[in-house]
Amino acid sequence: MKFQEYLPLATDLVFYIFCAVAVGGAFYVLMAKNVLYAAYGLLCSFLGVAGIFVFAGSEYVAASQIMIYVGGILILLVFGIMLSSGKKSGKEYLKIKSRNLTWGLTLGLALIAIMTIIISTIRFDFKQKLASQSIKNIGFSLMTDQVFALELVGILLLIALVGATFIAKTDE
Amino acid sequence: MNNLIPYLAVSTILFSLGLAITVTKKNLILMLMGLELMLNAVNINLVAFSKYDPNPEKGQVMAIMVMLVAASEIAVGLAIILKIRKFYNSVDPEQLDELKN
Repeated sequence: MKFQEYLPLATDLVFYIFCAVAVGGAFYVLMAKNVLYAAYGLLCSFLGVAGIFVFAGSEYVAASQIMIYVGGILILLVFGIMLSSGKKSGKEYLKIKSRNLTWGLTLGLALIAIMTIIISTIRFDFKQKLASQSIKNIGFSLMTDQVFALELVGILLLIALVGATFIAKTDE
Repeated sequence: MNNLIPYLAVSTILFSLGLAITVTKKNLILMLMGLELMLNAVNINLVAFSKYDPNPEKGQVMAIMVMLVAASEIAVGLAIILKIRKFYNSVDPEQLDELKN
């Protein structure tokens, strides 16, 4: 067997490793006993999802996943954890308490079962050839067809910034 | 990966785990983390289906939009959580049971 014949197998293996990292990180968030460790589990999950995006053929979304989720949202969450843990609450603050964990797991498993039934019954019938994707196309699309989404997100981010600053300001 | 099923499976599992985290945890920050996981699962589906679209930019732009909405949601949510923490001295949603002090 030549090297080229091993290549699809190796690609599949890397894809499944990314899947396992994403799912394992999420499961660690569910099982963690410490808020900060849960944030690290979330980091693993986000990076795994970024890898899955690369395999789905959209490198731009993967890069923005790493920049927005890992570089923005996760840092913000860690800041929130650190700011909201004071000396008053002591060390017990970082402990996570769960309520009805068995029922939560049952709910999740039931959802997985339902979705598995749906996915296995639907036949996806994609006849057409895969379209070629590139970052250039996304840029053109953002400036022409999808410009409304761009403007909407810009206004939404501005509103969120102003609102968050207004909410978080200290009352004098 | 040219098959759609693994993406859907991973997305389903991530969504269910996010739902379980959001439902069970007694900590508002952990509940936000569960929400982020669910949004991520939706993004995987959007990107995976956009592969078979004649112009795949639509799904990807939608995924990026979902990401930015999640970012603004987390900014506002954390501000509210910090206020709650200051007011109630706790981030346990079960203890937020008085409207007026």
